[in-house]
Amino acid sequence: MTTGIDAPERSALGGEESRVAGFISGVGRLRESPIAMIGLAIVLFWVLVAIFAPLLAPMSPTATIRPMALPGTRGPGGQLFLLGADHLGRDVLSRIIYGARTVLIYAPIATACAYVVGVVAGLLAGYRQGWVDDLLARIGDLILAFPALVLYIVIIAKFGSSGLNIILAVTLASGPGVMRIVRGMVLDIRNRAFVAAAQVRGESAWHIMFAEILPNATGPLIVDACLRLGYVTIAIGTLGFLGLGLPPPNPDWGGMISETRQFAMIFPHMVVFPCLAVSSLVLGLNFLADGLTDIVKRA
Amino acid sequence: MSLVLDREPTRTIPAPLIAVEDLSVTYSGRHGVVPAVARVSLALAPGQSLGVVGESGCGKSTLALAIMAYLAENAEITSGRVRFKGSDMASMSPEELRQVRGGGMAMVFQEPGAALNPSMRIVDQLVEAAVYHREIDEGTARREAGEMLRDVGLPDVERILGSYPHQLSGGQQQRAVIAMALLGHPSLLLLDEPTTNLDVTVEASVVELIGHLRRRHGTGLIYISHNLGLIAQVCDRVAVMYAGEIVEEGPIDAVFAAPKHPYTAGLLRCIPQPHTDKTERKLRPIRGQVDQLLTRLPGCGFAARCDHAVAGRCDQGELPLVDVDAGARHLSRCIRWMEIADATETPDDQADAGGVRDEVLLTVRDLDKFYPVEESGLASLFGGRPRRVVKANQRLSFRVRRGQTLAIVGESGCGKSTFAKVLMGLEQATAGSIELAGLDLATLAVDKRDSVLLRSLQIVFQNPDETLNPCYSIGTQIGRVIRKFGIARARGQVQQEIKRLLALTRLPATLAARRPHQLSGGQKQRVAIARAFAGRPSTVVADEPVSSLDVSVRAAIIELLVDLQTSEGTTLLMISHDLGLVRYMADRVVVMYLGQIMESGTTAEVFAPPYHPYTEALLSAVPVADPALRRRRIVLEGEIPSAMAPPSGCPFHTRCHRKLGAACETQKPPEQRMADGSHRITCHIPAAELAQMGDIFGKPGGRRDDT
Amino acid sequence: MPRIVFRRLVYLIATMLAASLILFGLFELSPESVAVDALGQFSTQEQRMLWLEQNGYFEPAYVRYFAWLGKFVTGDLGMSRVFNAPVAKVLVDRLSATGILALFFFATLIPISLTLGVIAGIQRGTLVDRAITLFCVITTSIPPFASTVLLSTIFVFSLHLLPGTSGMIDGFSFRELIMPVTALVLYDLGYVARMTRASMIDVMARPYIRTAVLKGVPYPVVILRHALRNALIAPFTVIMLHVNWLIGGVIVVELFFAYKGFGSLILEATLSRDLFLLEACTMTAVVIAVATQSLADIAYTFLNPRIRFK
Repeated sequence: MTTGIDAPERSALGGEESRVAGFISGVGRLRESPIAMIGLAIVLFWVLVAIFAPLLAPMSPTATIRPMALPGTRGPGGQLFLLGADHLGRDVLSRIIYGARTVLIYAPIATACAYVVGVVAGLLAGYRQGWVDDLLARIGDLILAFPALVLYIVIIAKFGSSGLNIILAVTLASGPGVMRIVRGMVLDIRNRAFVAAAQVRGESAWHIMFAEILPNATGPLIVDACLRLGYVTIAIGTLGFLGLGLPPPNPDWGGMISETRQFAMIFPHMVVFPCLAVSSLVLGLNFLADGLTDIVKRA
Repeated sequence: MSLVLDREPTRTIPAPLIAVEDLSVTYSGRHGVVPAVARVSLALAPGQSLGVVGESGCGKSTLALAIMAYLAENAEITSGRVRFKGSDMASMSPEELRQVRGGGMAMVFQEPGAALNPSMRIVDQLVEAAVYHREIDEGTARREAGEMLRDVGLPDVERILGSYPHQLSGGQQQRAVIAMALLGHPSLLLLDEPTTNLDVTVEASVVELIGHLRRRHGTGLIYISHNLGLIAQVCDRVAVMYAGEIVEEGPIDAVFAAPKHPYTAGLLRCIPQPHTDKTERKLRPIRGQVDQLLTRLPGCGFAARCDHAVAGRCDQGELPLVDVDAGARHLSRCIRWMEIADATETPDDQADAGGVRDEVLLTVRDLDKFYPVEESGLASLFGGRPRRVVKANQRLSFRVRRGQTLAIVGESGCGKSTFAKVLMGLEQATAGSIELAGLDLATLAVDKRDSVLLRSLQIVFQNPDETLNPCYSIGTQIGRVIRKFGIARARGQVQQEIKRLLALTRLPATLAARRPHQLSGGQKQRVAIARAFAGRPSTVVADEPVSSLDVSVRAAIIELLVDLQTSEGTTLLMISHDLGLVRYMADRVVVMYLGQIMESGTTAEVFAPPYHPYTEALLSAVPVADPALRRRRIVLEGEIPSAMAPPSGCPFHTRCHRKLGAACETQKPPEQRMADGSHRITCHIPAAELAQMGDIFGKPGGRRDDT
Repeated sequence: MPRIVFRRLVYLIATMLAASLILFGLFELSPESVAVDALGQFSTQEQRMLWLEQNGYFEPAYVRYFAWLGKFVTGDLGMSRVFNAPVAKVLVDRLSATGILALFFFATLIPISLTLGVIAGIQRGTLVDRAITLFCVITTSIPPFASTVLLSTIFVFSLHLLPGTSGMIDGFSFRELIMPVTALVLYDLGYVARMTRASMIDVMARPYIRTAVLKGVPYPVVILRHALRNALIAPFTVIMLHVNWLIGGVIVVELFFAYKGFGSLILEATLSRDLFLLEACTMTAVVIAVATQSLADIAYTFLNPRIRFK
């Protein structure tokens, strides 16, 4: 996708400046919104937990030590089960810590894939219009006609459950949504005079789509990406909960709830803590999106 | 004798209808507290009309909202008050306020389409205005609503009553809004730019209506506008605002004939007028731009842009409004008004347009551009209905000579911008040809054009806020053009060229590192001009280049374009609806209506009789900031028909005041060559009869002719 | 008006055909896997061949597709292996159960979310607005699978107020509906309320509201007559589009509370690889989704005179 994007950003006076400065001022502006800062803090917390999981986890997430241990009790070796242990005797805290890795690897990758597909399709549909637009819109409509979870289930049912298939399913289900947003913005931006100015100086369609139009759509797209990352986190969790997620013994928050939910009425700690973990991550992303919306609107 | 009026504002006029006393309003925003209105005092007696003029950000709309006691939440009145019939608006109870709004004074805004509720029928919105203020039942209110609609000149009242707002045209919507305002029987009508987005001929008829209603109902009027010409037409008195202050106030004739504040004088000097051209009256731009001041500096708010400003006097203390003519109550806030009063304008000796060369550069022949009307996807698949087309351009033919300025004039929907798109290759013509340098451009799409052609044909767009990509610095954007056109490749050379272009458009070199949002509208438009001239083009299209700019900034951009054209020898194709601007800049003029050429000729030929009836009406409709100017009034009926269903025969016959009869409705009018050289008029009226026509402006030589 | 209904109908049928092609391609194109699913993992090769022969699976793909489609249209959805009953019958039972759930869901969601949204929108920036907004963000952040768990922990495990399962073994029980409906509403509430709030704020800032106030219309009339009608168009459409989402939420909630509805049926069909049942369920889900999308579209047109009288 490097064709024709030897774009303005690398040319002439302070080319790099505009991009880099824009990014820095964008991050700096986050501070204007307390809600965005809280959101960022929550998200960063889970990112750090995922990165340093081996250092932070008190035990192995797969070691079976003392089944049904209640929170705050100790195991035979004197290990403290801060959040208790599950039905197989695995430390819930350690599983949550390692589980952060699963969700923070798959959700961003899947969202990014959906974005690559959605942005390219949306740019093409909005800029080229005509039959390209019609075709892409029809494909998008068709995919969106399937309720998202049903689509996931059908794909997993057909191709089996694996990390790759989950990413594929999310890309397929979220791509059309991204495409619609991008297309809508392109239809607006393409009518502005600077696009016509680029056309009359002979710029290629790729340059206009990626260097003239796309940078002007980044604000709303970043907000949408935060929200979508939240949805994808929920979707991956839900698949785990339905028993269609990553195969065990991978610690995965949805899977943890699924495996232990039959004990929920007796030992709620096994299910409540993973629920809180996933909810807090989504809450962080939603807060971030909320704060960013205000900032984008003001710009 | 000079009287300081700020301290005793209500004494001179007994029992004013509305009195604004020493009013100051500030807005608090992210960047601190911004003053919007500063110590404004105004008074209006019943039945009087006052114009408030000013450019964007001068505080005139805030003043209007303050009068209605409807300021935004972040606005604060820091001093003064507004009294309506003697009672302070600020101390009214919500119920009293509700009674005054709509019942005592009513407001008409710009953008009538947005001012009407999209999901309510017109009749319901009109009835509301009456029943909440007067003791009448719904049935009576309905009847009155119908009568009022007839009063504001709307046809087919029953249909309009039952319509939703989107089913009416812009002019009809504004008439409905005015009717709604009058239904509460207010004694004061506040109009905030009521005709701003309407076409000139429609604007003229709405303004005519406002004057008529005012006389008939005896309503007091406050008319807010940026357009000095409109104020001159409607009002008895005018107040000129700058940076939140009233800088001059007085009777219309006195203020326009002998302005006593440099800002007013500057504004009047920088508007091109349709009855004078550049040899008679050269434009004098006002320096700089309207600044949004965060903190008020001491002294005169206009001092930074004023040629008469003197350090030590104009920048000291609070300047009072002084009465410069006690008898007429003509006030000015200029401390030097007496010293500079005699500095009247002497016309500069004008360099002529520099000898029109004869070489034809661009030939347009029988150009058609039709757009199919898109039926939505599936319906067009199944329904075998014939496809409708919009004829945006029909059989356009004209020639442009090298180094000339050709102007294409017309109102919205006349197809002037479509022609620009076809010329630039953004759209392709349906038939006909555009010949430039041996190439036919009519169907040559922009991505099929080589870089030599692209370079030699460039365009300056209308809206300065959209003409630059907000994501890149000015230098980056100009540099991109320089590289793209192969003017320079090496980094140093490109920098050099950027500097040259910025200097050429009279911009500081430091601007290169800035981003578009840090520039004013005028600066952005200069950058757009620099970009268009980067490849040393032979032809530049300017699509309404100044219509989105503040009045005081326009003149400087116009002068820049004229100078560049002369120094670079560029051919300029101007697209505009502003007849004053066209008269000022153009060598030749093409007048268009609904996609067709009505009249063409040299500027002198088009602006003098014989006229095409449409040109005649246009010239009569243009607001002119000169109350002393006498001209025939021609008010066209109805509105511009839709380009989807243009009238048969002559497209102008539905509104023409000189319509002959059935021939106009059925037959295409012939193109007639006038006696005075290259002048052509497309009309059924015989050339000999057209030649009898008098000058629209009250100049000697023309036969008085009352229509 | 009839034109848009007709257009949506054509669109509905076109989408159904395309969806059926996809399903056929996914599940029926290779006969072998159909046989495996129909006869189970431990069937022999001969048994599978015989079954395929008997069921006409050696015909060319397009012939099979039209046969399959024909059966589908006439309501012959095949036999469910797991339930050992006609798919159509199982489907109808389960759909009506979920219909009851959906009815209570909308009956709870619409008044609460619209009221919250309108209140927050009118009082923008106040403490009430902030409290509502915060509540909405938090509830939207708890996925249904987590909210079911958390709600049961509180109301079933700790407070013993409500039953933990909704199997409806002893017939219809309103008490057993409370938990599933609450879990569904809680997640969706915030979204609709915030949408309503945004729409209300947008409308209140429109010039026609200013016109109404400045012509002296009493404030309550401004809200009820001028603002609400315009402000509720968007949220109303969104609520209808939420049927699509509801099908997903229903799967989770029905599974957790052992509610015998359409959602748990899809899941059972998937997990036991009951092919005909899964095909029928998926098609049903698509029909419901596209039909409500069409209804939302028609409703939007009807509510919006700008489109209705073009």
